[in-house]
Amino acid sequence: MSSAPDLDLDHVAKLARLTLTPAERALFARQLGDVLHHIEQLGKVDVTGVVPTAHAFPVVNVWADDAAAPGLPVEEALRNAPAQREHMIVVPKVVE
Amino acid sequence: MSSELHFKSIADLSGLLENRQVSSVELTTAVIGRTKAVDARVRAFNSFDESGALAQAAASDARRGAGKARGPLDGIPVGLKDVIAVANQPLTASSRMLANFVSPYDATVTVRLKDAGAVLWGRLNCDEFAMGSSTENSAFGPTANPWDLSRVPGGSSGGSSAALAAGEAIATLGSDTGGSIRQPAALCGVVGLKPTYGLVSRYGLVAFASSLDQIGPFARTVEDAAIVLSTIAGHDPHDSTSFKAAVPDYRAELKQRRGPWRLGIPQEYFGAGLDPEVNAAVQRAIAFYEARGCTIKEVSLPHTQYCLDTYYIIATAEASSNLARFDGVRYGHRSKDAKDAVDLYFKSRSEGFGAEVKRRIILGTYVLSSGYYDAYYLRAQKVRTLIRQDFLNAYREVDALLTPTSPAPAFKLGEKSDPLALYLCDIYTIGVNLAGLPAVSVPCGFTGGGLPIGLQLIGQPFQEAELLAIARGYEEGHEWGQRHPVL
Repeated sequence: MSSAPDLDLDHVAKLARLTLTPAERALFARQLGDVLHHIEQLGKVDVTGVVPTAHAFPVVNVWADDAAAPGLPVEEALRNAPAQREHMIVVPKVVE
Repeated sequence: MSSELHFKSIADLSGLLENRQVSSVELTTAVIGRTKAVDARVRAFNSFDESGALAQAAASDARRGAGKARGPLDGIPVGLKDVIAVANQPLTASSRMLANFVSPYDATVTVRLKDAGAVLWGRLNCDEFAMGSSTENSAFGPTANPWDLSRVPGGSSGGSSAALAAGEAIATLGSDTGGSIRQPAALCGVVGLKPTYGLVSRYGLVAFASSLDQIGPFARTVEDAAIVLSTIAGHDPHDSTSFKAAVPDYRAELKQRRGPWRLGIPQEYFGAGLDPEVNAAVQRAIAFYEARGCTIKEVSLPHTQYCLDTYYIIATAEASSNLARFDGVRYGHRSKDAKDAVDLYFKSRSEGFGAEVKRRIILGTYVLSSGYYDAYYLRAQKVRTLIRQDFLNAYREVDALLTPTSPAPAFKLGEKSDPLALYLCDIYTIGVNLAGLPAVSVPCGFTGGGLPIGLQLIGQPFQEAELLAIARGYEEGHEWGQRHPVL
């Protein structure tokens, strides 16, 4: 199966913040082409006037009490941070 | 006590514990011993904390000694899929991205199991971020099927099903987004229940597709599944999608509900691609119910052929959004050689995620991207409405639906390398997730080659009590679940 005509893999990978190796790129183009080809049959379904379903049981306006509750201590919240200093996460320089 | 403690049910073991014929430390020691004896071959566990489990067991025995036992799960070793948070334990989602992550808090289901006195035992392997149907997508290597070590245990909760089948836990939890509890339960010969969307809190579950994910139990018997479900079900303010529904004592309900039931057989689930031995086993189950006085009615779910495509649009779209959080900044894998912040995102994600996760993120990003949203995502959500309506229409005439769980028994490790071929493993299970329904897989036989076969029963929303009673009705007349693999 050829790759889907509309799938600009480089563009979509960039949107997803993924860098693909040349081998991944070739493989994914073929595999995702097959999947998208399969998905094309959805176009045959008549969905005129059909309301979309986001959740099987629509639960709307779920309010929580506006009450203070204990959260994670800073040490716990940062225990998985790849780099930290003085209770802050260290990241590469963002602004020149 | 016998050396086979590790193959007993929760119901049996809770009686032995209650009568002081066995202690939780003895039971937990037996399960640990069994795990050490077989897991080098089964590879169901990503990690386990032996001393932590024994400490929990000792605490359970002390409670019981003081007359303060907390119920049927007190002292019972329960394994958790490695996507469910346990405070101070690893939480890897079987991904390099979270290889070193240690959970700072408990999932709600974890809190409830702890409150019930369960001994939390081990972190169970799965497909990376629960994406897959064979557990071969784990970054830490595949789990083997205990019935045939050259075959897959199913997925994504393959560690949960394999550990239970192999006697490495007394019950386990998994998560089910498109069949990830029911399909591995079928392939490993155990009971697996996917509850109604909203019945069990997902707080502390690593998110894959938020409108589809549900946590549920694997157990040796329907009664055991009912015991675990009663413990983990119920509203949780930490999960805004959890439903404010009353939670009955599902175990007690089993005794109250005796049928006969009206069972629907959806013709679309018995077409091309269904293995003849699986079909024969399911037909025998249908005949069994009929002989017990149940009404069997052929029904139609006309949009079944669109379930797979609808699912792979919605699930990947939600996954691409959920997995955007893994950026190398706050937690998870961070690339060592990033030039700047944007480079950090690209390199951390590209190094941290495996192939299937990347494929799904890309597909999900594509179907949500500008110019394609209406054609794919919005259209899929509309077809989802039609799929859900099919089920609700069928329930006007029947109490539950009966189908195969998986179109085929366990396949060989490495046999299916093509993503689309693997996606087709889920054709009988994904409609249930799209419609938000409860469904259970129950062992219903073995192939000539000795591989387990699963029967799927699909219930009405929040009618788990009835669904489990129907499953129990089948189980009472059969002994499939009492067979164990020789390892």
